[in-house]
Amino acid sequence: MLIPFLALTRKDLKLFFSDRRALLMSVAAPIAIASFFGYIFGGGAGSTETSRIPVMAVDQDGSKISREIASGLTADKSVEVKAASLEQAREAVRKGKATVAFVIPKDFGADAGRAFFNSAARKPEIGVLYDPSHGAEMSMVQGILTGHVMEAVSKEMFGGQTGRDTVRDTLAQLDQFGMPAEQKKSLRELLQGIEGLNAAQDASKGSAQDAPRVGLTLPYQVRSEAVTSGTGVRYNGYAHSFGGMGIQFILFVGIEVGVGLLMQRQMGVWRRLRAAPLSKGVLLGSRATSAAMTSMFVLMVIFGFARVVFGVRIQGSMAGFLGVCAAFSLMTAAWGLLIAALGKTPEATRGLSIVTTLLMVMLGGAWVPTFVFPLWLQKMTVVIPTRWAMDGLDATTWRGLGFSAAALPIALLSGCALVFGALAVMRFRWEVDG
Amino acid sequence: MLEVNALRKSYGDIVAVDGVSLKAGKGETIGLLGPNGAGKTTTVSMIAGLLRPDSGEVLVDGRSLQGDTDPTKRNIGLVPQDIGLYGEISARENLHLFGALYGMDGPHRRRAIDAALDLVGLAERGKDKVNEFSGGMMRRLNLAAALLHDPQLLLLDEPTVGVDPQSRNAIFDNLETLKKRGKTLLYTTHYMEEAERLCDRMVIIDHGKVIADDTLQGLHRLLPVANILIVELEDSKKDLLRSEEVQALPGVQSVEMRGGTLSIGIRDLAADSPGVLQWLVEHGHPFQHFVSERASLETVFLTLTGRSLRD
Repeated sequence: MLIPFLALTRKDLKLFFSDRRALLMSVAAPIAIASFFGYIFGGGAGSTETSRIPVMAVDQDGSKISREIASGLTADKSVEVKAASLEQAREAVRKGKATVAFVIPKDFGADAGRAFFNSAARKPEIGVLYDPSHGAEMSMVQGILTGHVMEAVSKEMFGGQTGRDTVRDTLAQLDQFGMPAEQKKSLRELLQGIEGLNAAQDASKGSAQDAPRVGLTLPYQVRSEAVTSGTGVRYNGYAHSFGGMGIQFILFVGIEVGVGLLMQRQMGVWRRLRAAPLSKGVLLGSRATSAAMTSMFVLMVIFGFARVVFGVRIQGSMAGFLGVCAAFSLMTAAWGLLIAALGKTPEATRGLSIVTTLLMVMLGGAWVPTFVFPLWLQKMTVVIPTRWAMDGLDATTWRGLGFSAAALPIALLSGCALVFGALAVMRFRWEVDG
Repeated sequence: MLEVNALRKSYGDIVAVDGVSLKAGKGETIGLLGPNGAGKTTTVSMIAGLLRPDSGEVLVDGRSLQGDTDPTKRNIGLVPQDIGLYGEISARENLHLFGALYGMDGPHRRRAIDAALDLVGLAERGKDKVNEFSGGMMRRLNLAAALLHDPQLLLLDEPTVGVDPQSRNAIFDNLETLKKRGKTLLYTTHYMEEAERLCDRMVIIDHGKVIADDTLQGLHRLLPVANILIVELEDSKKDLLRSEEVQALPGVQSVEMRGGTLSIGIRDLAADSPGVLQWLVEHGHPFQHFVSERASLETVFLTLTGRSLRD
């Protein structure tokens, strides 16, 4: 029984390696796509600068405050600001050349100053035009804009000429404000204090215009740290993309196994194999073994490339990594057999298998990590084998976790391989057609 | 060596094989003849153990096949109708694989491969990929792959389909060699001339049923005429001939006139045809030329079923 099993396995491997073009494609295609995905998802060991969001600024006010807002935004590293007229800004957003445009209306500075001290005063509006396909960027730009508006307005209010005028006018009109007497008293003291501060600054610096002034700023700084396999170890986006593309193309190998078996059924070679004293287990088992070996080979080549070219390391358990790769290769081989068992014609089966595979790949987080999915979808994907494989590969590569983190994916994938394999052997149409 | 008893196989309402029985002794070559769709391949598939019959039994060397791994399968060599080879690997690699499927290993397998390649005349091409072979060479290798494990019974399912006459002759030579070595051959074909050349006995099958099982001579006895004399008359005189007059001549069994061609069924070609030809000349029916033909299995099939084998 061993001689035929080994001969059949050797034959499959020989056929796989004899087709140089197909062999090259089965490793070159995932490498090319994984390199691209890795690059756009912050690969390059975290050193790649993220692209700045294109923003158009329409300043219809021309006040000191509006100019200050625009210059603050221009200095921000997250956005790339260009001044424009309202028409130009709207056109740029419509054409997708700008993600967001903000419009500072006439008298914004004066109105914002008044509203700064008096909540009852009319609040000026900043118009925001945005590309609806970039909703997330719009929220981000709004946050950045809020910070710069607060800084510019408060800076001018605490020492600028507009602020001095506003404080003086507010003090003069304070008795007419419809607020409780206690609050009115407190506001008067605050405004008088600001006037006193301004006078003191004038006296010490000679001129209020020359004094270095600052507005309200965020009272905290953010110190962020990417939690990877260890302190100071940067996240390498290529680790995830190479895992994802490896998994996708390995599943394609599975499709080829299934469709190949269906095609073989239609050829004379199937009759010859069936005429030999071979059991179903030997015939299908040898095919699964060779498919698992070629899958493992493809995964190793892909990760080898990622290691040499992009510095992807197995930061966690090597045994866990190899275990996940081996278990997924076995599962893929069994998946291929199941395709052959359930499929009718090679042509119809190929189409259906590709759709199913792409769904598994997508939902398993091989293209983009599952955390970007809605919560309900994230919960749903825990039953998908590709998700287990991705979790296992992420755990053992860039997360740097130990074997225990890979143990569950390995167990689940192996179990899945057993179930698929058993179903395939049970459902496989063993007799020849006619 | 082979005994098939009342084999039956149906697919839904369609009965592909309906009670087929046949026997083949050791060293005997049996032709399984019939048009496309007659049930030949299904019968062969059941004999080889590829299909389970609905009823009936197959005995190879007195034993029926029990399951896929039955050692009795080692007594059977199958030459499938479609080429059963992997094109991307060499002829020798193919044979190594098929030898291994029968548990052959080491020097034993190498010797068998050398012998098989030698028999089919491909010893020099063993290292070439099968994809580079001509159709005829592939057919010969297809035969070689079935011989590696030295089976006593060889099932040949239309092994010469689509090959040139030269390769066909080469395959016939190979089969005659095997026959001389005492192998039992079951040769499936719808080419009567192939069966006539190779087979000791013919089993004619149509619509899944055996309609005749006899030697070539026995089948010829079923024919109304054994020989046909075909005479091409001169155009100017053809309308003057009355077929009843020819029919009345000694030894003439049948007469058929088509255009200027006269087909005369004759009992004894050597004894009776000179008289017929002389009568034609003497009675003002000159002819341009004539040929004689022996009634073929094609005629037998036509006689038995009313339709041509190649329908």
